[in-house]
Amino acid sequence: MADLFDCIISTKQTFGGCTELVLQNGALAACAAQGQFLHIQCGDQTLRRPISICDVAGDSLTVVFEVKGAGTEWLAAQQVGAVVNVLGPLGHGFPLVCGRILVCGGGIGVPPMLLTAKGAEAADAVLGFRTASREMLTDRFRAVCTDVVVMSDDGTCGKQGFVADGAAELLKKHTYAAVMACGPKIMLKTVAQAAKKAGVPCYVSMEERMGCGIGACLVCACKTTKNGEEGYRHVCKDGPVFAAEEVCWDD
Amino acid sequence: MTDLRVNLAGVMLKNPIVVASGTFGFGHEFADYYDLSELGAICAKGLTVAKKDGNPPPRIAETPSGILNSVGLQNPGVDYFCAHEMPYLKQSGTKIIANISGNTLDEFTELAEKVSAAGVDLIEVNISCPNVKCGGLAWGTQPESAAAATAAVKKAATVPVIVKLSPNVTDITAIARAVEAAGADAVSLINTILGMRIDVNTRRPVLRNNMGGLSGPAVLPVAVRMIYQVACAVKIPILGMGGVASGADAAELMLAGATAVAVGTALFQNPYAPIHVRDELQAYLEQHNIPAASALTGAVMPY
Repeated sequence: MADLFDCIISTKQTFGGCTELVLQNGALAACAAQGQFLHIQCGDQTLRRPISICDVAGDSLTVVFEVKGAGTEWLAAQQVGAVVNVLGPLGHGFPLVCGRILVCGGGIGVPPMLLTAKGAEAADAVLGFRTASREMLTDRFRAVCTDVVVMSDDGTCGKQGFVADGAAELLKKHTYAAVMACGPKIMLKTVAQAAKKAGVPCYVSMEERMGCGIGACLVCACKTTKNGEEGYRHVCKDGPVFAAEEVCWDD
Repeated sequence: MTDLRVNLAGVMLKNPIVVASGTFGFGHEFADYYDLSELGAICAKGLTVAKKDGNPPPRIAETPSGILNSVGLQNPGVDYFCAHEMPYLKQSGTKIIANISGNTLDEFTELAEKVSAAGVDLIEVNISCPNVKCGGLAWGTQPESAAAATAAVKKAATVPVIVKLSPNVTDITAIARAVEAAGADAVSLINTILGMRIDVNTRRPVLRNNMGGLSGPAVLPVAVRMIYQVACAVKIPILGMGGVASGADAAELMLAGATAVAVGTALFQNPYAPIHVRDELQAYLEQHNIPAASALTGAVMPY
């Protein structure tokens, strides 16, 4: 059950232009699921910062984030042993499906796909990065996935091209129960198109500027179509994961 | 034993801490964290006659000690509220305030009639939303239109009526006096202050609606000042709001003249905020040997 939890930072490292923190809290770890997020208090910022859960093991949760502003800058400056206050776990994450799945991550959308891949019977991954210096977590994906395809915008790591290109290739090679993706909106849209072409259900994790994190303030609006009705649903509570066919991509 | 009860326009609240409209939905999300009966009252998300989708995102921007929002009154419409949300809210064990927003005087009357019939304890009339093109703030910036909206609600309301005032005016006391004369049983203030932020890299406003309403600790001193001015100008009680995040903040608004105090933006950081504010207010009262919360109202000693 979501609640406020104090977590001790037990490990910290930086890679790919991002910061990884391992947070210790057994009660929080026990109820966290793939694709959910933590709403982290960053110093005296008015708003918490929503950060996806990258991994859960025993009493610990891993988050990986990029410094984007004052809040994430504060969080990245915290050292091992410091305590951070977390509201979570929040949101509807990726569904558990039977069979082999394809996980797709782009940039800072890569981390949440790790726990999702780990939770599957079998998984392949397509991971996209801007350039080699931004590459991250690929070894950990290789440890839990069968096929791991790395793509980069400039060809400095893996193959040159987009995540959707890699996804289309794997979709031809294997039969999947679902495609699950997190990354920039244009990547999600193109991955969803590739999945649709292959006739495979696709789930995408959406992002929007967020307030309360629990579905009350209605700021993190995402236009979707559900049961034929178009309207705003909310990333924090209805999502962050939506069925790709429900998302209005061109809004 | 400190008496936390306050009388807001004839409705007895078990404590002075209310949750502000638009920050608490219809209560469901917070019932996972504590019993809603702990609250003095719930002011529900603003309602319009027809369902409203609200503004396109981004709808929120952080500011120094505050936020800007431009939700644009997204709500399921008054009929849905009466049929599907009121049964839940009615059994929550606290007083329910419906917040209504009309485009026309007839709409205000219709909204008042419907929420009265659905069994709300109080009505808050929103004449101060800065985020919609029609209605909203347009009603609240002139004494005449503010009075007209008040009268339209009073015509159909069977429960006490609170009129929510905008700080985006030259003289808030003129509006307060006008709505008092039109029959308002109470006023609430302040709604958000119109603001804007621009991303200096993209040269685009952060909010898709360009502008939005400022709330949070940054606006607290403006709220204190306006509550003080309005308390000096009218006899009806005040539901105070604006950046309250602690018991001391709530006490400050009450000393300025508020009978009860709403917590809003603080909920975004901590869903337990109103409970903490209530407990801290109680501790403050005990520490100062004040037997009743109501003794704070207007008790500032101005120079």
